[in-house]
Amino acid sequence: MDLLLDGVKQAFILIFTGDSLVVEATLRSLQTSGSAVLISLLLGVPLGLLLALARFPGRNLIVAIINAGMGLPPVVVGLVVAILLWRSGIFGFLGLMYTVAAMVIAQVIIALPLVVGLTLTAIQQLNPKLRLQALALGASKSQMLVMLVKEAKLTMLAAVIAGFGAIISEVGAVLMVGGNISGQTRVLTTAIVEQVGRGDFSRALALSFILLAITFTATYALTLYQQKGVGVWRRTS
Amino acid sequence: MAPHLVVKNLTKRYSSRPVLDIDELTIDKEEVLAVIGPNGSGKSTLLRLIAHLEKPDGGSIEFAGGNGVKDGFGIRRRLAVVFQESLLFTGTVFDNIAYGLRVRKTARGEVKKRVGEAAEVFGISHLLERPSNLLSGGEAQRTSLARAFVLEPELLLLDEPMASLDPPTKESLLADLNDVLEKMKATVIYVTHELTEAMILADRCAFIEGGRIIQVGTPQEVMASPVNRKVADFVGVENILKGRIAGSSDGLTRVKVNGSEIEVINHVSSTEKVWVLIRPENVTITLEESGNTSARNRFSGIVKNTLDLGVLHRVVVDCGFPMVVFVTKRSVEEMSLQAGKRVWISFKATGVHVISREGERV
Repeated sequence: MDLLLDGVKQAFILIFTGDSLVVEATLRSLQTSGSAVLISLLLGVPLGLLLALARFPGRNLIVAIINAGMGLPPVVVGLVVAILLWRSGIFGFLGLMYTVAAMVIAQVIIALPLVVGLTLTAIQQLNPKLRLQALALGASKSQMLVMLVKEAKLTMLAAVIAGFGAIISEVGAVLMVGGNISGQTRVLTTAIVEQVGRGDFSRALALSFILLAITFTATYALTLYQQKGVGVWRRTS
Repeated sequence: MAPHLVVKNLTKRYSSRPVLDIDELTIDKEEVLAVIGPNGSGKSTLLRLIAHLEKPDGGSIEFAGGNGVKDGFGIRRRLAVVFQESLLFTGTVFDNIAYGLRVRKTARGEVKKRVGEAAEVFGISHLLERPSNLLSGGEAQRTSLARAFVLEPELLLLDEPMASLDPPTKESLLADLNDVLEKMKATVIYVTHELTEAMILADRCAFIEGGRIIQVGTPQEVMASPVNRKVADFVGVENILKGRIAGSSDGLTRVKVNGSEIEVINHVSSTEKVWVLIRPENVTITLEESGNTSARNRFSGIVKNTLDLGVLHRVVVDCGFPMVVFVTKRSVEEMSLQAGKRVWISFKATGVHVISREGERV
């Protein structure tokens, strides 16, 4: 218990004194996971829409792969990305190993199936006639797709929450492809592992509290946005 | 005047099953055409094809003054569709009514003005700020109609917009819609399986069955002179009797029904086997055989049963053939009409409609 209380105390001290390791790891975690979520959304939402609306040979196979991908072990993703980006690997010439870009790639691979799968489910749960209704009121195909995304917003925000939560808290993949290099690729989770290895539990706890606080704050903000206007309106008559 | 819309040789199949085969259907500008028919007759498919929401397998759908616009999007911008379900989007009533204007990039001030006007017309001005998921069925359908009317489209396609409403809500919306259609002079195709809606709203009716147009005419024509038994059944002719032409003289045709002869005016068909159609409201019941009547057909019979329908009673009289008659509650009481009572029924030769049985699948 003393260790926990000491950890909380340490966390406040480290945060308010602007400890360089804490600031660096926090900012890099936000940068890496934020970029990965954004890229996953940019790729995943159109792909989810395509899978929900189009019928083509091999579609069911892709859906099955996406569903399986939702439970991908991050450490396996890290291993595969590491093999591909290794100097002798297929993409070794890019020189991305042990960079933030490599960590973003690994995190996108983890988050993408969640975004695609939840977008697909969200769109398929909508009344299919909504599409016809939008077109029948003069919407172009792209305007109709925007309408569908708006209608599926609640479930798709769940995808963002799930994706962000999954990647900011994972350690296996980023450690393998990032290497936890101080000043370059150290993020909160890898820093925690490092501090535990050194026996500095106070610092490890402080970093863990910060990680928890970030995860909770991001999730809370997204939840507030998601729930905005849901069930708060009351009839006046 | 050239028709506003011409549908020709339109065909559609689902898998290999033919669902639509329309030789020709036209609609004039400012006309309300009701497409009526039983469930599964192809009427909603016809509407989706006209709306360019589905592609036909063959045939053409042409708008007057199309200016060469052939693509689905270009044509859909000239029309608006209201479906049976209100299909409102997330957002307020205002957002919903504004949807079609916003996708057309209408200026914000213009959107506000037109949405306000459309809401006023459909009596939902007080609901503009209400989220769409908190509307009653009637309010939601009024919003859906306002969302289509606000676009002032060249063609409005209404696909059973009243079908999921309860009777009082439907009655009130039907009356309002009738007023709106009269004021706005809109060109409308109104799909329904409710004859009353067609009678109230439409200038013309097209009866569709098995994907084919069976009869086109004013609602009154279709009601009074259905072209075959299916239309007759649909438009509520309760007395459909199997008969044979017995002969003609002085402009009257005699039709033999179960040994009795019914006189019909000017039946010109050469066919022998016919259906004799008599609407229940055209038949009168008396307790004595009255000689002082112009009704050419008088039969004695026994009341089989009576059914209380509220203001009216449905009385079935067996006069060698069953005859359904609608009688007011007061007359039933005054005449003591009950099962077993001997009565006379009479109806005019002009109140009988005869159609051929030849070649008809019955």
